[in-house]
Amino acid sequence: MPDRTVLRVDGLDVHAGSTPLLQDVSFAIDRGERVGLIGESGSGKSLTALSVMGLLPEGLGATGDVRLAARTPAEHNLLALGERALARMRGDGMSMVFQEPMTALNPTMRVGAQVAEVMLLHRTRSRRAARERAVELLEQVGLPDPAHVARAYPHELSGGQRQRVVLAIALANDPALLICDEPTTALDVTVQATVLDLVVRGVEARQAALLFITHDLGVVATVCERVLVMYGGRIVEAGPVQDVFGDPRHRYTQGLVAASDLSGADGRRERARLPTIPGSVPPAGRFPAGCVFRTRCAHATDVCATPPPWTPRGEHPAGATAYGYACFHPAGGEEDG
Amino acid sequence: MGEGTGTPAVELRGVSRQFRRRRTSLLTPAPVVDAVRDVSVTVARGERFGIVGESGSGKSTLLRLVSGLDQPTAGEILVEGRPVHDQPARRLGWLRETLQLVFQDPMSSLDPRMRVRDIVAEPLVAQGRHDNRERVHELLEAVGMSAEAADRYPHQFSGGQRQRISVARALAPGPDILVADEPVSALDVSVRAQVLNLIDEVVDGFDLTLIFVSHDLSVVRHVCDRVAVMRRGEFVEVAPTEQLWNDPQHPYTQQLLAAVPDLHGALAGRTARDLAADVARRGQDGAGTG
Amino acid sequence: MSEVGRAWGRRLNPSLVVGGVLVTAIVVLALVSYVWTPWPPMRVLPVEAYQTPNAEHWLGTDRFRRDVFTQILVGARTTLYVGLVAVGVAAVVGVPLGILAAMSPGWLGQVVMRTNDVLLAFPALLLAIMFAALYGGSTRVAMIAIGIATIPAFARITRSGALGVMKSEYVVAARAAGRSPLAIAWRHVLPNVAGLVIVQASVSFAIAILAEAALAYLGLGTPTGQASWGRMLYEAQTTLRSAPHLALVPGAAIALSVLGFNLFGDGLRDWLDPRLERR
Repeated sequence: MPDRTVLRVDGLDVHAGSTPLLQDVSFAIDRGERVGLIGESGSGKSLTALSVMGLLPEGLGATGDVRLAARTPAEHNLLALGERALARMRGDGMSMVFQEPMTALNPTMRVGAQVAEVMLLHRTRSRRAARERAVELLEQVGLPDPAHVARAYPHELSGGQRQRVVLAIALANDPALLICDEPTTALDVTVQATVLDLVVRGVEARQAALLFITHDLGVVATVCERVLVMYGGRIVEAGPVQDVFGDPRHRYTQGLVAASDLSGADGRRERARLPTIPGSVPPAGRFPAGCVFRTRCAHATDVCATPPPWTPRGEHPAGATAYGYACFHPAGGEEDG
Repeated sequence: MGEGTGTPAVELRGVSRQFRRRRTSLLTPAPVVDAVRDVSVTVARGERFGIVGESGSGKSTLLRLVSGLDQPTAGEILVEGRPVHDQPARRLGWLRETLQLVFQDPMSSLDPRMRVRDIVAEPLVAQGRHDNRERVHELLEAVGMSAEAADRYPHQFSGGQRQRISVARALAPGPDILVADEPVSALDVSVRAQVLNLIDEVVDGFDLTLIFVSHDLSVVRHVCDRVAVMRRGEFVEVAPTEQLWNDPQHPYTQQLLAAVPDLHGALAGRTARDLAADVARRGQDGAGTG
Repeated sequence: MSEVGRAWGRRLNPSLVVGGVLVTAIVVLALVSYVWTPWPPMRVLPVEAYQTPNAEHWLGTDRFRRDVFTQILVGARTTLYVGLVAVGVAAVVGVPLGILAAMSPGWLGQVVMRTNDVLLAFPALLLAIMFAALYGGSTRVAMIAIGIATIPAFARITRSGALGVMKSEYVVAARAAGRSPLAIAWRHVLPNVAGLVIVQASVSFAIAILAEAALAYLGLGTPTGQASWGRMLYEAQTTLRSAPHLALVPGAAIALSVLGFNLFGDGLRDWLDPRLERR
């Protein structure tokens, strides 16, 4: 694993009994790199994050190789580590921000104490220093009068303020990897802009790797440099945001970009029929064999019944999985006949 | 339909709705919240009218008032010229045939213990019409579903299909006005376009007036002719869609437009920092006037 | 088609099967006792007392020289009767009250629920003892008392479920469709709180069986000369050491029936839920 790589996921499979939920998920994130993971419900994007964090729900099994270079080099496969070893890493080497800021905070504890707790837990600071640092962190996430906020209980804060507190907790121990799972989906659009900015500033200041999960293409394009597109438990396309969204290869990405574009590239509004992807996302475990998208794809042929190989699209410092697609009949470029 | 085209579909005159919050102390009176404040607007027949606002802006309360599910504390609401604001629910039978609703969450807006047939037929049964077999099949077909769907339960369908069922139910009594409350907010992107197309189709096909509420400006922009921006219970700006987009007058509208992380903007190089800075700048402007 | 009719075709869950077997067993015992008992019921027989189980008397005889198995059979009637009366009274009054309270936002709902709270604070057994003192000790009086005391539990659980249903968009949709409150209560609220009510009913059924046993044990409730498992337990207490089977047999019968009704209730709730249907 190269020095700059913070997280490497190799051949990650997750299954519930005999039902596959994630198949052969492979990607890597470098230090300071901001990578988006985009997908619809049931695509497996949250499961990917939970696998990395070792927080998979009971009954789900994971195989593959997940390595994190944080305070210690990436000697261990996280999937093989015990709960105690993982707990030591969570909130320290890697941390996560969830969608719902209310349930992520303990309603019976003051906000400042919750920020300080994560530092005490990992013994990164003394009690007194942790308390001071907590107020500092609350200030960094743009909360006005942080000393006052530190003494508040979660219910006294607005949704946006709570999400800032959650972010402060996640950043408290300067993690090497920050995972955000739909952190702004529950927030208003004006609040979202600020929180996105804080996430970017937070990881930039720490040179942390960011894995940002969302269903919103605009949000990914705003926050991240690179994006992984997930569908049916597989990564179907990956690459720099500009290329993946501006000139997609995989037919699913192509459909997704077209369907989400309500205004048209030139900002002109038309009441034309929107391009759609036929059908609906199948429930987990009901995706077809071979190419997971072929049942909804207008370009599918017999060959699509076999799993499409990963086609690299270009060089990328984060490796072959960072830039490419898995499609027999890709869109765009010269290949499109 | 018999009335002249001059009568507007919906007319609001100085509509307000106050709620009393739960008392927090035995000594002080219960605090009063203005959910809707002095809203006046006229929606013409056949118009597609959008209401945009963030959470807590009062847009859902306003919809409930227009739909006769709640009564305003002040002001008048006329639907096709007939008053809705001072009528008890049992005297609004006519409104149920004139105006119908589509809700946000296609799971919770369909009773999980009822078959699709009974769900779609519910507005008809409420009117005392009982043999609805044919009509239900017609309606399902109109929203692009097969008649076989009638015998199944809501949980057997995907979110997009459930929203189709919801639209079929709304069309059942043959309404003139369709009110949609965030109808695509809970849907996946790839399905959202399907449902927007469907709404577009039925509004055109059945000559409906559309009132469309959303927090998502780009969706409203795609669907509506005219848009009202709502904040803290008030309409801060009402304008034809394109005018609102190209030349927003109110600082809050400007702030909202600036805050949307638009794909094209982002690909053109607009970062999270730009976005936040824009919102903050407009916010300061807004604080002065708003 | 009825809800039960629709439920065929769904997978039977283990709770439902085990609970169903136990409940059916009690019903069969009770029914059989009407047409056949190994010995005449409640009759002092010309045989020896305190017999341990043998070929003549499958579960032995008690100190009054009565056949224990016969008493268990006849006692099953009392058990079912007790449960049905108590749960019937509680559900028929409690469920509509709960729905009414949930659907009336104003003072009416408040009055219903506050009255309910007062009743809830009143111990069921105490009420039963008072009723026994007022109207004389009989199984029916005791069970009506237990039923009345259980009304608040039903009203409360129904109300909490109904409040959730009333907040759901499908109720708003039904109102927008022009449905009357009564139709909404019947078509939407009741089916969606049925699961909660069924579980409450099975718990109350079990509690009623235990309460009957307790009252009989105290010498209230079911009078001497009538077969009841609780009564049998009461009469066995003096000979617990010398003839433990006299306590063990009715004790096991009570325990199994309580277990049976609890499992049956849980199983029924899941079985009736269309969302758990096999696709």
